[in-house]
Amino acid sequence: MDEIAILGVGMHPWGKWGRQFTDYGTVAARDALDDAGVDWNDVGFVSGAITVRCGYPGYVAGSTFAQKLGFNGAQVASSYAACASGATALQVARGQILSGATDVALIVGADTTPKGFLAPNEGDRPDDMDWLRFKLVGATNPVYFGLQARRRMDVYGATQEDFARVKVKNSRHSVHNPRARFTKEYDIDDVMNSPVVSDPLRLLDICATSDGGAAIVVSSMEYAKAHGHTDPVRVAGISTVTPTFPDTMIDLPYLATDSAGETARPERGFKQSIGDRVYAEADLGPDDVDVAEVYDLSSALELDWYEQLGFCAEGEAEKLLNDGVTSIGGRLPVNPSGGLGAFGEAVPAQAIAQVCELTWQLRGQAEGRQVEGARVGVTANQGLFGHGSSVLVRK
Amino acid sequence: MTKQRVPAVEGMFTMGDEPRLIGGKVPGRETYFFPKHVAGGDPAAVGAELEEVLLSRTGTVWSYTTSDYQPPPPFVANTDPYEPITIAAVQLEKEQMVVLGQCVQGITPDDLTVGTEVELVVDTLYEDDDHEYMVWKWKPVEAGENG
Repeated sequence: MDEIAILGVGMHPWGKWGRQFTDYGTVAARDALDDAGVDWNDVGFVSGAITVRCGYPGYVAGSTFAQKLGFNGAQVASSYAACASGATALQVARGQILSGATDVALIVGADTTPKGFLAPNEGDRPDDMDWLRFKLVGATNPVYFGLQARRRMDVYGATQEDFARVKVKNSRHSVHNPRARFTKEYDIDDVMNSPVVSDPLRLLDICATSDGGAAIVVSSMEYAKAHGHTDPVRVAGISTVTPTFPDTMIDLPYLATDSAGETARPERGFKQSIGDRVYAEADLGPDDVDVAEVYDLSSALELDWYEQLGFCAEGEAEKLLNDGVTSIGGRLPVNPSGGLGAFGEAVPAQAIAQVCELTWQLRGQAEGRQVEGARVGVTANQGLFGHGSSVLVRK
Repeated sequence: MTKQRVPAVEGMFTMGDEPRLIGGKVPGRETYFFPKHVAGGDPAAVGAELEEVLLSRTGTVWSYTTSDYQPPPPFVANTDPYEPITIAAVQLEKEQMVVLGQCVQGITPDDLTVGTEVELVVDTLYEDDDHEYMVWKWKPVEAGENG
């Protein structure tokens, strides 16, 4: 797969700031443009990641941010793929660059989230799975995380202490991240003493919902070279795959899985296929990865990703964690940013934020949390309704 | 006067002594869907006229969890104050699919393990002055005998 260059990245710090989402996205976009040294008038394409929680401007995020930055006539698109929206927006921008339609693109996503559980849109809508799961089962997002976590315990012998150690690790990573919302270092007792939300997961195992914004400026390799970016971080693969039928892992927002009564389960499940695709595009494999940012909606889900991305065999993630392999200083640090546990969900921004972190890591700019010598990084993420999301970056 | 018992959402399950979930099935294929209108995914089913089918009444627990805090609307709590609910994902053998549901009141994670046999019952989800709104729930098969 042809590569594109990451010229600049930017983020608005995550938190609960109570301002409009456009404020966060605009700050992130300006930071990314400054970091890239690119004039806004050189940006030929704006790829916005949609938020469905902030009214009409959120649905047309691409043009909303284009206007906030000052309409310059750039082409525009807006993408929605729930938590995978940022990767989809990057995918759209890559297509524009590799087709030759534009040299430089801005990807931007930002959100303002309400307090508490993410909830479905209002109204009486029995045809909407996202409505039905709350109405009939009370199946919040943490319920699905809890099901996966309990399955790890009963099938692989994982313990609640294992899950807590993921949080302890990531909180240690977050201490030096100026953009993280939560930068307190927790110990196992802190996690184990926090209240149960969805058994076996506790409050500190589960990520919060946050305000935040992130942006990336990408270009063709030719443009990068012509403008002094001699050795940029490159995007070597993007995966936005959908599942292959039948997908028999229960997942948001469904009440049931696909049926494997007629068609046998695919050899690789949906989550595995997300990484498979990105490795294939980059012509690299899990052994080549130096650092990863994965979607730790819960501490236990981070462990699932170790296996789904091929860092270890099924059932061996706890060993990888407890051997220190995935801590900064280990062979394959995971979530050096602190992960979602330190940031919280800002849905359209988070897949972009993962790429921002890996870019800083590969440039050697992740002060206080640097993974030494990192040259290949991978992200993993997933949006409800069957949206895969993974980006592989390399130096 | 006893309240009228009505399904919380129409068309998803049958009532009565041996309630069943109402699913969809591709004619001539052992491919099932629940709810029946969520028929996407199977490339072989595109354009097929789905049959309505009653899904298996029993299955085994694939995993289980709780909601210790009250879920947001449209969920309506049946107790005030809210009491944690236990939720199970249940593997149906014939259909080779997993279906979510609340467990009957009183069942906690301590009563369950991966592989526990459960059966489908219909129970109150919430009520108002005139109606009891009913939903399917999972109940361990031995729960009755052990009290």
